[in-house]
Formats: sequence, structure tokens, C-alpha cells
Amino acid sequence: MDLLVCLKRVPMVGGRIGLLPSERQIDTAMLGFTVSPHEECAVEEAVRIVESQGGQVTVLTLGPPEAAEQLRDAVAVGASRCLLLEAGGKEWGPMATARAIAAAAEQAGPFDLILFGNEAADTADFQVGVRVAHLLGRPVATGIKSLSVESGAVTARREYRGVEESFVLQLPAVVSVKEGINLPRYPSLPGRMRAKKAVIETLSPAYSEEGLSMERLVVPKVERRRAAVLGEGREAVGELVDLLEQLGILA
Amino acid sequence: MSCAIVFCEAGPEGMIEASLRTAGLARRLADELVLCGRELPGVAAEQARQAGARRLVSLAVPGYAPRGIARALWQLAERLGASAVLAAGTDHGNEILAHLGALSDEEMVANCLAVERRGEGYVVTRQRWGGSLLEEAHLEARRALLTVAAEAVAPASSPEPEPVGEESFEPSLDPADLSVTASEQREQAAGVSLASARVVVSGGRGVGGPEGFGVIEEIAEMLGGAVGVSRVVTSLGWRPHREQVGQTGTKVTPELYLACGISGAIQHLAGCQSAKTMVAINTDPEAPIMSRADYAVIGDLAEVLPALRDALAERLRRQ
Ligand SMILES: Cc1cc2nc3c(=O)[nH]c(=O)nc-3n(C[C@H](O)[C@H](O)[C@H](O)COP(=O)(O)OP(=O)(O)OC[C@H]3O[C@@H](n4cnc5c(N)ncnc54)[C@H](O)[C@@H]3O)c2cc1C
Ligand SMILES: Nc1ncnc2c1ncn2[C@@H]1O[C@H](COP(=O)(O)O)[C@@H](O)[C@H]1O
Repeated sequence: MDLLVCLKRVPMVGGRIGLLPSERQIDTAMLGFTVSPHEECAVEEAVRIVESQGGQVTVLTLGPPEAAEQLRDAVAVGASRCLLLEAGGKEWGPMATARAIAAAAEQAGPFDLILFGNEAADTADFQVGVRVAHLLGRPVATGIKSLSVESGAVTARREYRGVEESFVLQLPAVVSVKEGINLPRYPSLPGRMRAKKAVIETLSPAYSEEGLSMERLVVPKVERRRAAVLGEGREAVGELVDLLEQLGILA
Repeated sequence: MSCAIVFCEAGPEGMIEASLRTAGLARRLADELVLCGRELPGVAAEQARQAGARRLVSLAVPGYAPRGIARALWQLAERLGASAVLAAGTDHGNEILAHLGALSDEEMVANCLAVERRGEGYVVTRQRWGGSLLEEAHLEARRALLTVAAEAVAPASSPEPEPVGEESFEPSLDPADLSVTASEQREQAAGVSLASARVVVSGGRGVGGPEGFGVIEEIAEMLGGAVGVSRVVTSLGWRPHREQVGQTGTKVTPELYLACGISGAIQHLAGCQSAKTMVAINTDPEAPIMSRADYAVIGDLAEVLPALRDALAERLRRQ
């Protein structure tokens, strides 16, 4: 099985989000970078499939040169080939992103299965995987929480409003996954060594604009409050129980 | 006359709240509102009337086939000359509209909170980072394809409901449109569901290990609530992912959210900020959660939680 997993580099925001004065970007001066937990799980799922069935995992990102870091992180947990699509300093919308990924998948493939995160951590467009599937003429399922591969097809399952939905997709196929499908491993020492040495293949896809153009980002107004301290340690428990009673929680 | 179509999800009890809220937002985008869906129950017509729709269209698509439903929506939109197609920003809604965007090669804008006409286009405000950040954007499109972050949009009812015409629509589908169709199996409901729990007792890294969740479970049970956890807890394998609250977990909307040993990262708060009252228990009075919580107990969980369990047991016994 040849698998491709698509990753998006995003800032690792912690307690609060700060914006640059342009109000168009997050201030990342003090931040590290990561990928969505959904995408980490996609990498883990691909690595497990290859461990049981043979083959190789290729990881791809469309982003700045620094996004090689996210590809290397994936190599450290079992991916073997890295494709960096150069974004050239532009903001790519989901349609252009999907076209670039589909073209790269054709050029560097063929891949039996292409895995995505259900939604990117930052833009959360909920669509790049579906668009890539359409461009490549492949079946797709989204939001998947369990996957099994058998004789030329995958069975993909998820839960929705109390119903288990399962889909059978003939390979080659596209699947987007959600965190919880597996518990990703931590990188091993040899994995880290492999990551350092990994070769990053680069491609320069064609950029195109979209009909949706961002005007600004806004930090939503949430009430900043100062929690009223009920007390310290065990002593505070009486107050806490009184509070729950007042709130009608004990009724 | 312009028209907006809303794809509505429904169960035997009727169309879901998220779809009705989406209809409320859609009504302001066009002269005429059309609701559609699969397997609509009888009460849907009255719901559609209350929502201010003039037509209710039942889509003849056999089974949950996202691409087939998108194809049907596309053909219906072409037939009616619709200027906008919307769905609730649920897993199904986002999936179907992504297919529609891909089929018709048009923009799809996910999880909008507000949409207004501006000239030939629209100004949209939508959620990013699971709702921790908003984006204001301009959309230039022949047809606006939008999903709506319905939990963050107020419900709206029509001022003067008028009668609704009911019809069915038979799309012409390719075999490929139906090749991915869900087989569905109803799951056994186990305990209080996290998403709808009235009380959520959540534990983070500060709980210290899987054993520490015994007392959290006991407290949740005494309060008739569900157990929630932070991502650190699921990543360490202490608890299953289905208990995770946050951007990549479940969104909860309880009366009470009791956050035990949780620092309050923005991705965690994305899942619990609609709680009516938030109480934090933490050793660190400066933890970020303190600027979101209403009340706090400063202290070690190992000491506070067993004492809380005992005090609750005592109080409940006396009631
Ligand atoms: C794209 C993305 C998506 C994410 N999605 C989610 C998500 O869905 N849900 C989620 O939760 N996280 C999510 N995260 C992770 C998030 O950023 C944080 O890493 C995580 O929420 C931290 O969990 P925590 O609060 O348990 O741990 P920590 O941040 O380590 O905090 C532990 C807290 O426990 C307190 N504490 C320690 N010991 C004790 C004690 N004995 N008694 C009382 N208090 C104590 C500490 O003071 C501290 O405040 C996501 C991250 C990214 C990048
Ligand atoms: N710039 C990118 N580079 C690589 N993969 C991406 C990129 N943007 C989105 N993806 C993939 O598409 C998924 C869905 O993204 P989105 O539709 O933007 O929410 C993500 O989880 C990634 O797997």
C-alpha cells in the first residue's frame, strides 16, 4: 500500500491568541508550530496500515519552507517520503490547496489511499479532502473514527447523532479522519535520527485566487472575568457545595 | 425573486434545531426560503412554516450518500435559480456542502456566524480555530455555499408564517454518486451523553493519572453528569478520546462545568465556553482558566476532590 498523508503547519497557540497589527495573521513570534491532532492521527493510521500490510507512507504539506519541520515530525513516527509544496508566501484557499495537492498526488503517486485531517486546525474549511477526491475521481469519506483495509477496499466508520455509519470505499480512495481513531505513538530515537536525515522533495504548484477573501481576523469578545475564589484546599469544599446548591445542581 | 435553499437534517421528531437556526439565517439572504431534506417526518411542514419557508422539498436520495445528496442539491439549486445553499455546520452539513462545492467548482464557506449581502457579494463572519478566532471575509460568488455554526446563531421564528407547499424532487444521479452510502446502525446509549450533559466534571493533567479519575467519576455520577477530559489526558492514554472536550473533541453546553486540573488552553475552552457556570479547581491561581471561570478553588485535587465527594454524599443523604 502506498499512502499519502496531508499535513498543515499551524501555530501552537496556548492560553490566548494575539494578532499582528494588520489583523490578518496570528502573532507567532513566541509560538512553536504543529499540525492538527486529526492529522497526527492520520499519520499514525497510515503508519499502522503499512506496518501490517507493507508499503510506504509519504507526507505532504503546502506551506512555507519551515513546514519541513512538520514533515520531519511525521518521519520520526514512521513516514518515509516528504513532499513540500511551496506556498510562496501567499494565503492559499481550500480550492487552490486542493488543486495543488491533487496535482502533486498524481505526479508523485500513484497512492492507494490519501488521508487528510477532518478539518485544518486554523482555517477549519472542512473541504480540502473532499475536493481532492473529486479532482482525482475517487470515493471519499470524512470524519472517520475507525478504518480497516481489506482486499482492495477500506471500511470506514464514524458515529453521528447516536448512529454508527459505515462506508465501504474501493481503492484508490480518500479518507479524512478525526482524532480518536488511534492513539499516536511518540517518536523513537532511531525515528528522530531518520527525521534529521530525511530528504525533502519540493514542488512549486500554481497559485490561484478564490472568491473568498479575508478582510480581518477578530478575537471574539468573551467576558474576561476574574474567577471568584471560594477558598483554598479542603477548607473551600463547604463553600463549593453551597454554590452547587444555589445553582440548583443538587436538585 | 431570489431564493435560498437550506438542506435540513431530520429525525423522527422533526428537523433538528441546528437546521432551523440555519433557516433563520438563510431567510435574510433571499426573497424566498426553501427547505429540503431526506426522509422528512410529518411535522417538518409545520416547522418549515414557522421558519418562514414557502416550500418544503423532499429529496429522493436512497440512503445517506453525501455525494448523491450534494448532486440533488445542485440540481435543485439550478432548477430554482437559487442564489444561496446552506446547511448547518454539523458533520453531515459540512460534508454535503463540501461535496456540493467540489461538484460545482464553487467556493464553500464553513461555520459562518453572520452573513450579509454587500453589493454583488456577501460579507461573512466565520469561525476559525474551533471558534477561538473569527474571520471577516468578502465572498464573491455566483451562488453562496455556506454552513452555519448553528450553536452560535440565535434561533429565529418567522413573524407571519404562510402556508408551505410540499413537493418531492427526483434528482438524476450517477452510480458514482451513490457508491459511498452509509450503512447505519443505531448505537446503544450508555450513560449520560457528554454533548448534552447538564453537568460536566472534567479532569486534566493535574489529575495525575488514570486512578485519579475514580473520584471524578463518583462526583459526576452524584451530580447526574458526565466525565470530560483534556487532550493531555487522552494523549497519555488515561481516558478514551470520546470524553475529550475541545476543538478536536466534543463541544459541551452544561449548566455547570467543573474543570479539575485543567490549565484552560484556548483549544480546550473552544469546547466548554458556552457552559453557564464554570468552576475551576487548580493549584495555580494564575492559570489561564481563571480568567474564564466564574468560581475557583485553589488547591490540590488529591485533597479537594475526595473531600468534595464526601461532602456531596453527606449533603445528598440529608436531602
Ligand atoms: C490544534 C489543536 C487542537 C487541540 N484540541 C484540544 C482539545 O480538543 N481539547 C483539549 O483539551 N486540548 C486540545 N489541545 C491541546 C491544548 O492546547 C492543551 O495542550 C491541553 O488542553 C492542556 O491540557 P491540560 O489543561 O490538562 O494540561 P496542562 O496545560 O498541563 O495543565 C494542567 C493544569 O493542572 C494544574 N495542576 C497540576 N497539578 C495539580 C494538582 N495536583 N491539583 C490541581 N491542579 C493541578 C496545573 O496548574 C495546570 O493548570 C489542542 C491543541 C492543538 C494545537
Ligand atoms: N496547506 C495544506 N497542506 C497540506 N494539507 C492541507 C493543507 N490545508 C489543508 N490540508 C489538509 O486538508 C485537511 C482539511 O483542511 P480544511 O479543508 O482546510 O479544513 C487538513 O486536515 C489537512 O489534512
